[in-house]
Amino acid sequence: MPETPESSGAPVREPVDPDRPTISRAEVSHLADLARIELSDAELDHLAPQLSVILESIASIQTAAGSDVPPTSHALPMTNVFREDVVARCLTADEALSGAPDQEQQRFKVPRILGDEQ
Amino acid sequence: MNGPERRSAAELADALASGETSSVALTQAHLDRIAEVDDSIHAFLHVDAEGALRAAAESDARRAAGESWSALDGIPIALKDLLATRGLPTTCGSRILEGWVPPYDATVVARLRGAGLPILGKTNMDEFAMGSSTEHSAYGPSHNPWDLDRIPGGSGGGSAAAVAAYEAPLAIGTDTGGSIRQPAAVTGTVGVKPTYGGVSRYGLVALANSLDQAGPVTRTVLDAALLHEVIGGHDPLDSTSIPQPVPSLVEAARRGADGHLSGVRIGVVKELGGEGYQAGVLARFEESVELMTKAGAEVVEVSCPHFVHALATYYLILPAEASSNLARFDAMRYGLRVTPDGDPSAEDVMRATRRAGFGDEVKRRIILGTYALSSGYYDAYYGQALKVRTLVTRDFQAAFEHADVLVSPTAPTTAFAIGQKVDDPLAMYLNDLATIPANLSGVPGLSVPSGLADEDGLPAGFQILAPALADDRVYRVGAALEALLAQEWGGALLERAPALRGAGA
Repeated sequence: MPETPESSGAPVREPVDPDRPTISRAEVSHLADLARIELSDAELDHLAPQLSVILESIASIQTAAGSDVPPTSHALPMTNVFREDVVARCLTADEALSGAPDQEQQRFKVPRILGDEQ
Repeated sequence: MNGPERRSAAELADALASGETSSVALTQAHLDRIAEVDDSIHAFLHVDAEGALRAAAESDARRAAGESWSALDGIPIALKDLLATRGLPTTCGSRILEGWVPPYDATVVARLRGAGLPILGKTNMDEFAMGSSTEHSAYGPSHNPWDLDRIPGGSGGGSAAAVAAYEAPLAIGTDTGGSIRQPAAVTGTVGVKPTYGGVSRYGLVALANSLDQAGPVTRTVLDAALLHEVIGGHDPLDSTSIPQPVPSLVEAARRGADGHLSGVRIGVVKELGGEGYQAGVLARFEESVELMTKAGAEVVEVSCPHFVHALATYYLILPAEASSNLARFDAMRYGLRVTPDGDPSAEDVMRATRRAGFGDEVKRRIILGTYALSSGYYDAYYGQALKVRTLVTRDFQAAFEHADVLVSPTAPTTAFAIGQKVDDPLAMYLNDLATIPANLSGVPGLSVPSGLADEDGLPAGFQILAPALADDRVYRVGAALEALLAQEWGGALLERAPALRGAGA
């Protein structure tokens, strides 16, 4: 996705009630838009309550760890891994393009990039 | 059925070495078995008879010339459809990758080919490994060989079902929250999640990078060790690959098979049992612990107080990583492209493609992950989850001061009916209650059958966990329990599975 949720100025934010976190239909619709997934009205009706139930079940996490606990992002801590800067085998252009939905002149052919809002 | 497909991979390797059979003969026997029973099991999404027989013939030619590439040269294998296979379709159980043929091999696949194992085909799975039943596969569920109306676990239910139904002696799975171990438990087979970084992730379609790990799916502990030694070890193509050599796993499994456990300290995790666990699963677990005590093990109870938060932690970290990973399915470079009418922009195409290409569970988790990473909620949810991950690891460290291995039931219940939980995400998530802590902390875990639950006569699993890099311990203790139970039962648990009526029967 070209855009991360943080970089979007749209109003996802609502105050979190630690006991009853709910997610509204409008919020789900907005999140789906950020994630580039089109959802039908029926899907929104179905998903929003399910997501609220899931959120409620994980709400306890908010008080599970004190501020003195460092975060862990990876199971085994590893520092940067380096190798010699030598040319290695990589995919040929034909191989890289072999699954492309569309191509032209050895390039991926994509629909127009600019949307209506630009 | 008394063909070669009933025998373990280790026995088949001996039969190949002695010249009693050929790789072509036993590869053909497994292809025949697939043709006979896979209409009812649906373990496979793709079968490559031609490629498997060609590799088998090459193996036979090598052996005739006095050459062998590995202990498993000539033994056929099935691969979860999440591993990139050059020239073979790789769908991850998703419509969005229907028909995609990767231009390269995953490191695990390259190592298997390099060790001379013919590849029978690709096995079914929950879409992008999200699920515990294979019901989220876009190509329909797999069925449990013990009861065709029940799930074979997930996400790697296809691999477990293939091995349990004697369609393959060996298979590869991937385990992000239990996707190797839980299917093993509910199908009466063996599954191992190696230490994180012990097996290369290169060429695995990523679900959650910090949790994913590929590993063996087999019918015996020794077979798992043999397979683990082929696929394990450092890979420069995976930045999180462990540089240290893999411990001697086959030796550990052979040593454990004598059934002696004197001097081994076994910690029963207090938090992984009791409420929420099926009575028959707990009964088989307790009997197994009792057997191990009689075999000389010193059993202690250990407490891991933060494990109660493991499920919540997992369902924040996983969707967060998955929502980022699955962003690569954008209809531009590979996979499905759905073009709406009119003059759609690239983003319109992405939205339409991802709507049509992703199933319900994938959409749920992408949206949940997008939410968890949103600036307003990041600290309250994702940030907290990363901290709890630290606490879970500290629990493990403290517990391993009192025990060499930790044990628990693998899954809280036996196999449930197909359809029972498919639209109840929370009920589905609870299947991974006991397996998730190992993924959060990166430690290795093995599931071995512990017997049949009294309520339903279905298999239950026994989980063994060891400290990171000490994978040999799960093999030693797993092989010991397997031997002790086989002695009690007078054979392997799978021998009690009902015969499958094949298409030809």
